[in-house]
Amino acid sequence: MTERNFKVLYKVSIIVLAVLVTLLLSSFILVILGADIMKTFYTIIITPLTRVGHLTEVLVRAVPLCIIALGVAVAYRSGIINIGAEGQMAMGILGFTTVALALGDMSRAVALPLALLSAVICGALWGFVPGILKAKLQVSELLSTVMLNYIAAQFYSFCLRVPLLDPAERLSGAGTPQSARLSQAVEIGRITGRLHYGVFIALVLAVLVYLFMWKTSFGYKMRASGAQSRAARYGGINVSAYVTLAMIISGAFAGLAGGIEIAAVHRRAIEGVTNNYGFSAVVVALFGMLHPFGIIPASFFFALLIYGSTLTPRAVGVPANIVDVMQGLIIIVIVTTQMVLQNSYLEDRLWRRFSAKRQEAV
Amino acid sequence: MDIIINILSMTVPFSVALLLASIGEMFNQRSGVFNLGCEGVMSMGAFVGMLVPFIAGQNGALSNGWNWLGLLLAALMGAVLGLFFGVIVVTFRAPQGIAGIGLQMFGVGTAGTLFRHFVGGTQSIPGMPNSPLPLLSKIPFIGPVFFSHNMMVYLAFLFVPVAWYILFKTSWGLRVRAVGTHPRAADSMGINVNRTRYEALALGGAMAGLAGAYLSVCQVKMFSDELIAGRGFIAVALVYFGHWHPVKIMLGALLFSFTQTIQYNVQGLGIDLPYEFFVMLPYVVVVVVLAFTSRNQTTSPTSLGKPFNREIRT
Repeated sequence: MTERNFKVLYKVSIIVLAVLVTLLLSSFILVILGADIMKTFYTIIITPLTRVGHLTEVLVRAVPLCIIALGVAVAYRSGIINIGAEGQMAMGILGFTTVALALGDMSRAVALPLALLSAVICGALWGFVPGILKAKLQVSELLSTVMLNYIAAQFYSFCLRVPLLDPAERLSGAGTPQSARLSQAVEIGRITGRLHYGVFIALVLAVLVYLFMWKTSFGYKMRASGAQSRAARYGGINVSAYVTLAMIISGAFAGLAGGIEIAAVHRRAIEGVTNNYGFSAVVVALFGMLHPFGIIPASFFFALLIYGSTLTPRAVGVPANIVDVMQGLIIIVIVTTQMVLQNSYLEDRLWRRFSAKRQEAV
Repeated sequence: MDIIINILSMTVPFSVALLLASIGEMFNQRSGVFNLGCEGVMSMGAFVGMLVPFIAGQNGALSNGWNWLGLLLAALMGAVLGLFFGVIVVTFRAPQGIAGIGLQMFGVGTAGTLFRHFVGGTQSIPGMPNSPLPLLSKIPFIGPVFFSHNMMVYLAFLFVPVAWYILFKTSWGLRVRAVGTHPRAADSMGINVNRTRYEALALGGAMAGLAGAYLSVCQVKMFSDELIAGRGFIAVALVYFGHWHPVKIMLGALLFSFTQTIQYNVQGLGIDLPYEFFVMLPYVVVVVVLAFTSRNQTTSPTSLGKPFNREIRT
C-alpha cells in the first residue's frame, strides 16, 4: 500500500468510526428505553422513503432546513455561529403574516413578494442585533442569539395572542393563539400533498449562495474574515462590517424560511411553526460541510430524521425527542472527527508505524 | 411593603439554580474551558433529580431522603457529562462553542426522551420541604427573605465562600487558575493540564446537574421540557457578568432572579403590560448586560476557549 492510499483509507476509516460512534451512543439511549434498536433505526431512516405520502412530508421539512442552513453556513464561514435562527424565523413569520393580512386583497404579483420581503427584513433585523453586538461590543453571539430566541418566542406568542389574533377566535371566545387564515393571494402553490414550490426556492438559493460566497469579492472577504480574522484585517478587510453583514444574511434566510413555511404549509401563523428548525439547521450546515451543495443532501437527511422520529412513538414506542439526542451526538461527533482528521501528526505517526511493520515483515 | 417582601423572598430561592450552575461554569472557565452545554447538563440533572423521588413516591416511600438521593445522583450525572465534554474538548480539542451546543442538544433531548418513557406526562412530586431556620426566620423582613426556604438554598449560599476559598486559597484552585491563564507555564511546572481541566469540568458538571435538580426537586417540583428555559445559557452569561468571581456571580444571580420574580407579582405591582413582556425581561437584561460588560474583559482567563496541545509550539 502506498502512502497516498493509506491516507485515503485513514480518512475513510475515521469517518466510518465516527458514524459508528454516533449509532453506538444513540443505541445506548435506546437500550435504556428497552426499544428494538434495529427497528427504531429502520422506522426513522427507511420507513419515510417507502411511500410517496411520507416522502413529500420529508421534503416539506427539508425546505426550511435547507434555507436556514444556507444562512447558518454563510455566518459560520464568516466566523460567527448563528444559533438564533429559531428566533429569526419566528420574527420572519410575524413579518410575513402582518403584511399578508394587510395586503390580502391585492393581486398575487404584489402581495406575495411584498410579504416575503417583509419576512426577510424582519429576520434580517433580528440577525443584525447579535451581529452588531458581536462586531462592536464583542458580545458572544452564542449567548446573545440564544437570549434573542427566547425574547422572540415570547414576542411571537404575544403577537398571536393579541394583535394578530384571528377575529373568529376572539368572537367565539376559544382564543386559540393563531392568526386569521391568509388569503389566496399570498399562498405558495403545492405540487402534491403538502409539498410546495418552495423546494425550488431552496435549490435556487443554494446556487446563489455558492456563487455569492465563492465567486464574488464579498464572499471572499466574508470567508477571509471567518478563516483568519487578524490576517483579514491586516489585508484591509473591514472584518466587523462583514461579520455584521453575515449575520444579516443569516437572519434574512431564516426569516424567509419562516415566510415560506407560512405561505406554503400552514397558511396562517400558529404556535410551533418553527419546530426547532433553527437548531437542526446548525447541524445540517455542519453536516453539509458548510457548503451549499453539501447542505442540500444534508437537509434531506435531517428532514428524514425529523420526520422519521415522529413515526417512532407509535411504531416502536420511542419518544420523538430521540431526534434531538441524535442531532446533539452528530454535532459532537462531527467536530471531534474534524479535529482528528486535521491532526496530520497522528496520521504520520500511524503511517510510520504501519510502514515499519511492513518492512519488518518483508 | 408586603409586596417587596414577597418579591425578595422569591428572589432568593429562585436565584439558587443560576447560582449553582454559574459557579460550576466559573470553575470550567477558570480552567480555560467554555462549557456552553450547561443547559443540557442542567436538563439531565433536573430529570434524574426528579426521577428518584418520583419512583420512590410511586412505591409509597415519601421520605425526604429520596429527594437528597435525587440531588446526589443528579450531581453525579452532571459530573459524568462534564467528563464526557472533557473527552471532546480536552482530549480531542474540538472547538468548544459548537461542541457545547452539541452537548446542550444531547442533554435536553436525552432528558426529554427518558422523561417521556419513564414518567410520561406532567407529574408533580412533593419535593423538598421548606425548613425555616429557628429564631432567624422570626426576624421581621430579613427572616422571610433569607431564612425561610428549603435546605438547598442555605447550602447553595454557603457554597459561595467555599467556592471562593477553593479557587483562591487551595493548591487545586491555584492549579485551575494556572491552566486557564497560561497552560504552557503550568505544564512546565509539572501540572497536568488536561487532568486539571477534567477535574474542573467534573466539578462544574456536577454543580450544573445539581442546579437542574434543584429546579425540579426544590423549586418547581416537576419536570418538563421547558423547565430549564435558558437558565443554562444565562448561567454562562452570569460568569462574564461576575468577572469569574464567586461573590460577584452571586450578586448577578440575585439580580437576574429578581427580574424573573417580577412576572409573578405583576398584579401586585399594578403594571399593565402583557404577561409575555415580563417573561422576556430576564433575557433582555442578559443581552443588555452582555453589551455593557463584554468589552475590555481584562479579568477573563487568558486561555479561555483555547485547547492546549503540548506537542505544538505557540
